[in-house]
Amino acid sequence: MRHKLLGLLRRAGILILVVWTVVSLVTILIELVPGDPAAAVLGDQATAEQLAQFRAKHGLDRPPFFFGFPREANGQRHPRWYGFDNRYADYWVAILHGDLGSSFRTDRPVLELILERYPATIELAIAAMLIAIGIAIPLGVVAGKNRGTWLDNGLSVIALVGISLPSFVIGPMLVYLFAVKLGWVAPSGRFDWSDIILPAFTLGAALSAILTRMVRSSVIEELNEGYVRTARAKGLSERTVVYKHVLKNGLIPVVTVLGLQLGVLLAGAIITEKIFGWPGLGLLLVEDGIGKRDFSVVQGCVLAISTTYIIANTLTDMIYRWLDPRIRVS
Amino acid sequence: MSRLSIIGITIVTVFVLVAIFAPWIAPQDIGATNLSMRYIGPSSAHWFGTDSTGRDIFSRVVFGARISLEVGIIVVVVSALVGTSIGAVAGFYSGWVDRFLSGYLFNVFLAFPGLLLAIALVAFLGAGLNKLILALCIIGWVGYARLIRAQVLKVREYDFVQAARALGAGDLRILFLHILPNAIQPLIVQASLGMAGAVLSEASLSFLGLGVPPPAPSWGVMIEEARDLSTLQAAPHALIFPGLAIALTVLAFNFVGDGLREYLDPRQRRR
Repeated sequence: MRHKLLGLLRRAGILILVVWTVVSLVTILIELVPGDPAAAVLGDQATAEQLAQFRAKHGLDRPPFFFGFPREANGQRHPRWYGFDNRYADYWVAILHGDLGSSFRTDRPVLELILERYPATIELAIAAMLIAIGIAIPLGVVAGKNRGTWLDNGLSVIALVGISLPSFVIGPMLVYLFAVKLGWVAPSGRFDWSDIILPAFTLGAALSAILTRMVRSSVIEELNEGYVRTARAKGLSERTVVYKHVLKNGLIPVVTVLGLQLGVLLAGAIITEKIFGWPGLGLLLVEDGIGKRDFSVVQGCVLAISTTYIIANTLTDMIYRWLDPRIRVS
Repeated sequence: MSRLSIIGITIVTVFVLVAIFAPWIAPQDIGATNLSMRYIGPSSAHWFGTDSTGRDIFSRVVFGARISLEVGIIVVVVSALVGTSIGAVAGFYSGWVDRFLSGYLFNVFLAFPGLLLAIALVAFLGAGLNKLILALCIIGWVGYARLIRAQVLKVREYDFVQAARALGAGDLRILFLHILPNAIQPLIVQASLGMAGAVLSEASLSFLGLGVPPPAPSWGVMIEEARDLSTLQAAPHALIFPGLAIALTVLAFNFVGDGLREYLDPRQRRR
């Protein structure tokens, strides 16, 4: 018991360290902007006064970190200690108060922008996952049951193609087929319930291919187990054996992959949202943030996406340990 | 050799040759626009048709292979070198060095979704080929480091390492002459899969407008240019050919990687 508790504490410690580093990296990203961030945002037309005002408003005139090597009047650099009066400390104080700063462009709080877009991204990720599961389980079972036949080989090739086709190729092709040629759905936006079908399929395609391969190998492995022979021997139909017994056991590893993939889906949603103009976090990041050089929005989005990713992965890991005692012991 | 890895090697060979000899293969100037020739379907004059400004898509796809190959090779070589060094140090010295490197540093880099970190870096550094390569190396090294660390941990317990130590060999000599040559095999598999990943990431970032800037014929840029509704309607081939090029290249490197894995690991060979 004590051993278990210590392990849990250690993992929690690493998690906190990782989150701290990720947040720190995001906060100092703005230092990477070549030249003056204020000039990059306001453009060449801005007067010195406007630039100074902008810097003061967003704290860009303050030292970035606890210490630095500023260039002095004579052109030399010397280490200098600034104490707690710096942007990095400010950022942390603000974050702990639930404040992610305000947009460089619209002055709206970044947290508000993120919360506005978050549900659309989650909706898309979950829809993509459901589509992937809906495709992968039947196909994986069929392939696994018919191992080595032309059907299995054909499905394997389709799965490989699915993994290799990037979303920005599948997405526009689907738009061409279903929006431009057939006119069944709108090419972009989020107005009607049917608008989610194409983006969700685009985002879920690679995952469904990965899952199909996993379900297949899981089914093949489980079919060799003793309990399958027993089930068959007592006269159960092949259908019952596969769907009631084999699938139930075979899905445990699949569940883990699903959890880990939720984070991947959130990151992948950036591209899918851009293709379909889906108003989620990814579109906020790419269009409002990067497109308009609104660095505070970029920081906020990167923070939101990576934190969700870390939390999803940690939860999956915990659930997996709880589900499968063999891992818990080792 | 499985059939798939032979297909993979064939496609990879064609890809590399096309990239090297692009100026001799491409029939037309990749930058030459001609508005009277826009949206022309595939024909004998334009094998893959023309795009929205009348440029020859076949020539652009051919030159696009160059960008992909360049990014892929640099990213894989640099990430592998950096990753191998850090991983080898972590595995060889263990103790607090390893606890810091694999317990903390690796976890930090694995905690970011790779593409997001690359997007963030390029968003702040500014778009461009060199910055894209830098960003991909920063997210790429950790995969190699983890792999090599695990390998070194295994190999350093072998008898020949103990023997070398007993003969008085120093740390560096043991690490570089005895452990690494025996630990490095899986790196080839990782490098092949890494090429697929780098080609895909370059196209993704260029698609998002964060990679090679537009007139350059990056496959990602070509797809981004081909996906507006009027171009899709008039010239779907402008999307299909660069898309096929990416898919085939990624698929081929994955086939080669899988094939190498099976070849190097006899336990997997008979499946």
